[in-house]
Amino acid sequence: MSLRTPLARARGLGSAKEGVSHWWAQRLTSLALVPLVLWFVFSVALMTGADHAQFIAWVQSPIVAGLLILLISVGLLHSQQGMQVVIEDYVHGEASKVVTLFLSLSIHVVLGLTGVLSILMILFRG
Amino acid sequence: MSRGNRPLSPHLQVYRPQLTSVLSILFRIMGVATSIGSIVLIWWLVAAASGPEYFEFVQSFLGSWFGRLMLFGWTLALVFHLCNGIRHLYWDAGKGLELETAYASGKAVMIFTVLITLGLWGLAYALGGA
Repeated sequence: MSLRTPLARARGLGSAKEGVSHWWAQRLTSLALVPLVLWFVFSVALMTGADHAQFIAWVQSPIVAGLLILLISVGLLHSQQGMQVVIEDYVHGEASKVVTLFLSLSIHVVLGLTGVLSILMILFRG
Repeated sequence: MSRGNRPLSPHLQVYRPQLTSVLSILFRIMGVATSIGSIVLIWWLVAAASGPEYFEFVQSFLGSWFGRLMLFGWTLALVFHLCNGIRHLYWDAGKGLELETAYASGKAVMIFTVLITLGLWGLAYALGGA
C-alpha cells in the first residue's frame, strides 16, 4: 500500500513525457527530407557508372557537400527519432528499453559523424 | 493492479488486412529498412574518402547481383517511406482523412512508389549500361 497519490505514481511514466515536442521534431525532419531525398536519389541515379575521380569532383562542389551533410545529419536524426518510437513500442521492460534506446542513439551518432567527416575529408583533401 | 483475467480488446490478428492497415505497418517496416540501408550509404562515402582502390572495391560489390538486389530493395523501401510519409504529413495537417480519400491516396502511394523506383533504376541502367 503506497502513500503516494495515483497522480504522483503516474508522473514520468507512460505518455506523461515529451511526446508533443518529439512528434513535432519528427514532422520537421520529414518535411526537410522530402526535397533532400528526391535530390539525392536522382543525383545518384545520374551518377551511375562514374569512377572515383568523377564522384570526388561531384562531392567537392560546396553545394553538393552541404546538401550531403544536411541529408546525412537530418536523415540520421529522423532515423533516430523513428527507431526511438519503434523501440518504445516493441521493447518491453524498462531496463532493456533504456539499453536498446542508448544503443540505437549511439549507432546513429557514430554513423552520422562517420558520414559527415567523410564528406569533409573529400571536400578539403580530395 | 491485477491484469489477470480481464477481457482483452480484439487485437490485430482478428482483423482482415485492409489496404490502410497494410500500408500503415509497411510504412514502419520500410522506415526501419531504410535506416538499416543507410549504413551502406555511409560505407560508400567512407570508401570514397579512403581513395580510388577501396572505392572501386565497394563499387564492384554494389554492382554485383547481390549488391544490386540490396540497393534495389533499399530504393523501394526509401521511396515507399517517402511517398507514404508525404501522405502522413497531409493527414497531420488534418486533410484527406475520409475513408475514400485515404484509400485513393494509398493506391496513389503504391503507384508512385513503383513508378519512381523503376524510373530511378531505368535512369541508372540507361546511363551506366549493364
